[in-house]
Amino acid sequence: MNKKTVLLLACPLVLLLMSLKTAFIPMQVQLPLADSLKRPAKFGFGRKATALEIAAWDIDVRPDGKGLPAGQGDVKKGKILYGQKCAICHGVDGTEKPGIKLPGNALVGDTSATSKPKTIGNYWPYATTLFDYVRRAMPYNLPGSLNNDEVYSITAYLLNANKIIKADVVLNAKNLYKVVMPAKKLFIMDDRKGGPEIK
Amino acid sequence: MEKRNNKDQKRATGKISRRTLLGGVIAAAVLPVQSLLADEVHAEMPVLPEITDDPTKIVGPGPSPLGKRSSFENPVRKPSDISSRTPLQDMHSTLTPADLHFERHHAGIPTIDPAKHELLIHGLVENPMKFSVADIKRFPSVTRTCFIECAGNFRTGKAEMTPQDILGLTSQSEWTGVMLSTLFKEVGISDQAKWFLAEGSDAAIMTRTIPIAKAWDDAMIVYAQNGEAIRPEQGYPIRLLLPGFEGNMNIKWLRRIELSEEPYMTREETSKYTYPVKDKIRMFSFELDARSIITYPSYPQKVNKGWIEIHGIAWSGRGKVEKVEVSTDAGKTWKQAGLQEPVLSKAHTYFRYLWDWKGEATEILSRVTDETGYLQPTLAQLVEARGVNLGGYHMNPITAWQIKNDGTVLFKPETIK
Ligand code: HEC
Repeated sequence: MNKKTVLLLACPLVLLLMSLKTAFIPMQVQLPLADSLKRPAKFGFGRKATALEIAAWDIDVRPDGKGLPAGQGDVKKGKILYGQKCAICHGVDGTEKPGIKLPGNALVGDTSATSKPKTIGNYWPYATTLFDYVRRAMPYNLPGSLNNDEVYSITAYLLNANKIIKADVVLNAKNLYKVVMPAKKLFIMDDRKGGPEIK
Repeated sequence: MEKRNNKDQKRATGKISRRTLLGGVIAAAVLPVQSLLADEVHAEMPVLPEITDDPTKIVGPGPSPLGKRSSFENPVRKPSDISSRTPLQDMHSTLTPADLHFERHHAGIPTIDPAKHELLIHGLVENPMKFSVADIKRFPSVTRTCFIECAGNFRTGKAEMTPQDILGLTSQSEWTGVMLSTLFKEVGISDQAKWFLAEGSDAAIMTRTIPIAKAWDDAMIVYAQNGEAIRPEQGYPIRLLLPGFEGNMNIKWLRRIELSEEPYMTREETSKYTYPVKDKIRMFSFELDARSIITYPSYPQKVNKGWIEIHGIAWSGRGKVEKVEVSTDAGKTWKQAGLQEPVLSKAHTYFRYLWDWKGEATEILSRVTDETGYLQPTLAQLVEARGVNLGGYHMNPITAWQIKNDGTVLFKPETIK
């Protein structure tokens, strides 16, 4: 008997066993074995992405500065833009006022770890995250409407308002990622791997 | 009004009513239904089933293009501005009907034409590639049942809370799609790649970084939920599925994956989905820890003396449920509950326990142990391990229900501080 015949003969038997003992067969056994034997290294589905297509979507910014675009912005311009485009949801100066519920989060506080609410000043570990997030998602009602200079300016304003950079700093791809955030030292990676310990 | 009277009259006299005609295939075959009823049909849509004391005396409506729930059943999600919760207390097993799957999105549900949608995979790869939805469906497919749970799935505060209120941000589906590893082999992944960024095509352009080991383990890109195309609120036309990982990482409306040597530290993995542990902030908690809840009896149900089948769900993001224990004496003693087979890895598992209630006031609780040996903690244990400023993420405490003498069931809210 060749391999194929064995498989064919084995099949009904396996099915029968499965129907008798469904509950006891581990569900991990889900991929038919025969399939992996014939699997090609590549299927050839899909197509090559062009550099232009990648550039159009590749807007992420990493903590090491990779992805920061050309352009620049300063605190003064940022303050004006913030007033025009953000204040309505995040408060005139970005802080939470007692008794008023903001449509968006409070963005400005102090840099003390224990202060409430959580803001860029006391809780954000990376300045690059601010640029990345505002560029991709804000203003909430008009996402993607800011140009890179505007995002740099608003980032500068919010970092300054949180007492992290000075008022005369001009932010760009060369220096934004070097801004050290006060909360950085608080963050630890989860190292739990399962097991009995409650941690 | 007139029409209804007229119809009732017909029924009373035994004449064939319009509804009978519509319902009966045979009747339709012998009578020129269309011409007879055309005007009336338009006037009285939609046709609702009649409620009668004797269903054996009325021919019901016939087949329809789309089924509906019984008009006597009304399980609904509970929406807030940003999420909606699964009615766990209305479920009789572990599969969540797709229209009751919990929702959480950050900028609404996008409308995406599947014919135009593409997935880009680039970064540390040999060949950056784009895949249409049709391309993705051509790859060998896999079906897997698992839960998705939001990492912020914990509410407490008052006794009048249902399982839906407390932890309704968990649901289970049978997902179908392609293994992410299949697509990664197709583009060729560089040895330098340790992480990948997944990005959605919603107005939040949601992003999360995922360790590459998950891609080689069990991550999938899925296009079907419970046998049909996934729901818009679940990521139509394609979403990432990371069994056992926090819901937010299972990026919906997936449009881009970028391979990288380091994490991106996106807003959702720094400002959100992180939580205080003593004087530090813990980040990158991916797996959801083992958890269980009794869904019957629960608030607002009432129970009677005698035999009660306690049942509920248990799950773990780290593997299979090993055992579930139930206490009917406020946690003094624990007895093992029966588990509904098959017990699947990273899946809601149904448990049952028979209890002969004598009518005394008590508390009932459940606790799960997963295959790694982890026993679901009490809230006090979590506070002890992490401090009083717990925040709301990755909370999996034991849930207790108070049973009052009169059979009333109430949640037992516990205070953290
Ligand atoms: C229409 C209301 C609205 C406007 C206008 C708006 N935002 Fe927001 N913003 C929100 C909401 C709502 C969220 C929370 C979104 C979420 O949780 O997914 C948010 C979140 C944020 C966050 C994240 C906060 C955190 O702690 O994680 C930042 C930063 C932010 N917005 C900055 C801005 C900036 C800068 C602007 C102006 C360019 C702006 N927003 C305009 C509503 C708004």
